[in-house]
Amino acid sequence: MVTVTRYIALIWTKHDTDADISADEVAGYDAFARAAAEAGVLREGSALHPVSVSTTVRLRDDEVLITDGPFVESKEQLSGYFVLECADLDEALRWAARIPGARHGAIEVRPLFRDHE
Amino acid sequence: MTAEIEGVFRRESGRVVATLIRFCGDFDLAEDAVQDTFLLALRLWPSEGIPPNAGGWITTTAKRRAIDLIRREVRLGDKEALMSRLETMPENLDDWSDDRLRLIFTCSHPALALEARVALTLRTVCGLSTAEVGRAFLTSEATIAQRLVRAKHKIKVAGIAYEVPGPDRLGERLGAVLAVVYLLFNEGYAASAGPQLVRDELCDEALRLGALLHTLMPSEPEVSGLQALMLLNHARRAARTDPAGDLVLLPDQDRSQWNTGEIEAGLALLRRAARAGSVGQYWLQAAIVAEHARAPTAEATDWPRICRLYDHLLSVTRSRIVALNRAIAVSFADGPAAGLRLLEPLSAQLDGYVYLHVARADMHRRLGNRAASAAAYQRAYVLAANDVQRAALSRQLDAATRG
Repeated sequence: MVTVTRYIALIWTKHDTDADISADEVAGYDAFARAAAEAGVLREGSALHPVSVSTTVRLRDDEVLITDGPFVESKEQLSGYFVLECADLDEALRWAARIPGARHGAIEVRPLFRDHE
Repeated sequence: MTAEIEGVFRRESGRVVATLIRFCGDFDLAEDAVQDTFLLALRLWPSEGIPPNAGGWITTTAKRRAIDLIRREVRLGDKEALMSRLETMPENLDDWSDDRLRLIFTCSHPALALEARVALTLRTVCGLSTAEVGRAFLTSEATIAQRLVRAKHKIKVAGIAYEVPGPDRLGERLGAVLAVVYLLFNEGYAASAGPQLVRDELCDEALRLGALLHTLMPSEPEVSGLQALMLLNHARRAARTDPAGDLVLLPDQDRSQWNTGEIEAGLALLRRAARAGSVGQYWLQAAIVAEHARAPTAEATDWPRICRLYDHLLSVTRSRIVALNRAIAVSFADGPAAGLRLLEPLSAQLDGYVYLHVARADMHRRLGNRAASAAAYQRAYVLAANDVQRAALSRQLDAATRG
């Protein structure tokens, strides 16, 4: 019963602008992505622009409501994600701990639905 | 007869469930199969008698039942593959220990909430019913059932592996397992709620689990250390309350009531673990309790040695609670004034902790500071968790004010 699960690693950090991210950290992300790709674990991933440019949409009574800013206002924000394909949660957590944002922010790991679910 | 059958299942079910889970990959299916087997035994055994190889009968019957359950499951995707996989499950394993360890480590996975880990361990490893787990934690059966459903769902969906972690992570994960066992023991030893001080059934379950772990991992010093710690504490239980059910503190306990068998067993475990390798926090805590257990009277306690053990323990754990206990030990080795000086830096962080105030009250009492002692007892009384502790503090408060 060898199954693999895709996990999304959501990177929550306090960065507000890209300028907050040091050159070292950028290099750290590159190194992480390279290592995960070489191990055959990395499916996709990207940094997100800061919440200052995000827009939230709701549909209520057939009316589209558009607001400036993120869905949740909090000190820490979603600043990027990776999709990792792993044998089990422990493997996903080991990779997540290597994401540079884990050092100062937090990485939330959630399984994605499998095709037959 | 029913009690006898329950006893057989209590002994055997954890083992059978553990192996069934490995072959079917599903906690609920494994538990349902064993539960149905139990109901069948309740019907058959009273007239036919308990089979000579009851464990084998349970294994075979539960395996067949699991296959039946899969056949009937409408939604299940790959039925045939799962059924043929279960067919390969051996019915007479000589060694069940790998599966039991897999189950124990999975139930204690740190990705599960602590309360879920404890409930899952009691239900699945120890074979308690959901109602029994509920009673153990003074919680409704429905709450426990919901907690178990969530935990099992997370194991399945989040892909928590059914395995013993590899050597690189064993230490850390073993810590999580031992924490569950020790929490169970402590909940029994000093009940955090309710009328009783000690809840024996929880201590017994924790000791049983500790003994099982020790059988499965005999060369892990911390496993032996924890079992020794529990045995040495458990040995004092008869002396911890007086006939009226009131709490008796360590210096006032009748040491002839201590269980010498459990003390000897605990000391032997400690000696063997010390020879086996580097010791950790449970071994050190057990060594401290052992110093008390060895002393023929409270006055004969080797406090300087206890202080040294606390120094070591503090460097391992960096815990404030350990720092508090170290201050208490110092107050006996070097006098209450020295102890009070060590309490000072802890006061702000441990203000909500009843034992900080008990310790301060006692040190002030020994120095003759009556008002300061009474004030600290008063604060402790407000924070007390159970009725027995409250009654003891109320007596000490009275004594402190009367002088």
